Amino acid sequence: MGEHTVASFDEELEHIDRLLRDMDELAAAMVAAAIRALLASDNAMAQRVVSDDTIMDARQRELDDSAITLIAKRQPMAQDLRAVVGAIRMAGDLERIGDLAKNIAKRVSAVGQSATPRNLSHGIDAMADLVLEQLRGVVEHYVSRNADALKELRAADERIDVKYTAVFRELLTYMMEDPRNITACTHLLFCAKNLERIGDHVTNIAENSYYVVTGKQLPADRPKLDETTMSAPAT
Amino acid sequence: MNVLTEVAVEKKLNPMTKESNIKMRGKDVTVHYGEKQALFAVNLDIPERQVTALIGPSGCGKSTFLRCLNRMNDTIDSARVGGNITLDGEDIYDPKIDVVELRARVGMVFQKPNPFPKSIYENVAYGPRIHGLTRNKAELDEVVESSLKKAALWSEVKDRLQESGTGLSGGQQQRLCIARAIAVSPEVILMDEPCSALDPIATAKVEELIDELRANYTIIIVTHSMQQAARVSQRTAMFHLGYLVEEGATDKMFTNPDDKRTQDYITGRFG
Repeated sequence: MGEHTVASFDEELEHIDRLLRDMDELAAAMVAAAIRALLASDNAMAQRVVSDDTIMDARQRELDDSAITLIAKRQPMAQDLRAVVGAIRMAGDLERIGDLAKNIAKRVSAVGQSATPRNLSHGIDAMADLVLEQLRGVVEHYVSRNADALKELRAADERIDVKYTAVFRELLTYMMEDPRNITACTHLLFCAKNLERIGDHVTNIAENSYYVVTGKQLPADRPKLDETTMSAPAT
Repeated sequence: MNVLTEVAVEKKLNPMTKESNIKMRGKDVTVHYGEKQALFAVNLDIPERQVTALIGPSGCGKSTFLRCLNRMNDTIDSARVGGNITLDGEDIYDPKIDVVELRARVGMVFQKPNPFPKSIYENVAYGPRIHGLTRNKAELDEVVESSLKKAALWSEVKDRLQESGTGLSGGQQQRLCIARAIAVSPEVILMDEPCSALDPIATAKVEELIDELRANYTIIIVTHSMQQAARVSQRTAMFHLGYLVEEGATDKMFTNPDDKRTQDYITGRFG
């Protein structure tokens, strides 16, 4: 795409893209740190995630302000308009991802107090890897305007859902085996649920990005495997 | 979701799109000014009772095309119009067509308000009088009043109809010109940048008026303001260097146009 006749218009759009990238990097760092803190019972690291959320909120407000000012000043059209409105929505999803990471971090001390065998959280570790891969990819594909990659990324959320179902069953088994596990496992279950929700927000971002890039909406229904829809816990 | 609900949802999401008749149709329209070709094989349908906006950078041919629709280009000696333009299926360049009658059916409002240096009343009464549309003074009074009302000017001028039209504000003058165009009961109204000489308030009034007039008239508007085109029109046609680049529903043209030149133009990227 060529440059605007008014150069500062380009700068303002780039500023919004940059904020979006910053928020995405911060979101990924928060999720990664929250999971590391959870697995290593590292309360200090968990505390940092909680305070990072304040930065995330500030970034979102800055992005909102920039976008509103740009609309008022430039009255963007076509792909510019889609980019600005899309950025506002994506920033909302990223902010929510920050909240969910914070929520995981807040559970670290509760899980750490119980004598939870490390293997209980193994499934969560694998799930977090999938989520982080998605989260880091989505804004990268958006910034490089890669519509096909966004479409694939959206479909890949399926893997997270499948993993979540597996973790759900696994934790349930531990709880049945030994009721002393219930507190820790319930917290871990919420953590898994948070990761699954983060995956959904990434999916939203991918859908938004796809619309910004192509001007077309992806079909509302994502293909789902029958097995998971039948037996998945309430989502 | 069962099939019945799906049908119901589908119906709710996509209410029947209103079909519209084609009021005017340009087929392979070309225009030469002397040696210079200004318009290249333009094909454009103008739907009835909708607002069609013609956009594009200066010199793109949008005003030239507009002026073909009521044969205003006849007044330029060097202009030659080729191709075919129809109004309700009738060729308007047919030698049997009475140009004066054509221009009564296809009225025009210009960029700069150009009221006659006569009274407000006479400005509006002039057309119906020369076309013999009324039989007596009472009928003429009625046409003047209803035209001024339709142009949303009546309440502002009803007590000073005998004052000069040139004494009105710019926005009022433009609405007077619209009233003058309406007075001869046209079917189509051509507007060539009708708001470019008006302040934002007067512009808003004219835009509101265009929206109301759409119920009874087919309107074609040339505008340099993207926002105005997006606000007032249902269809938009984009011209560039004498070619019709893209034409379609306004909502789509301003959110997701197909042609790169349209994209560049409406987003302010033209080099």
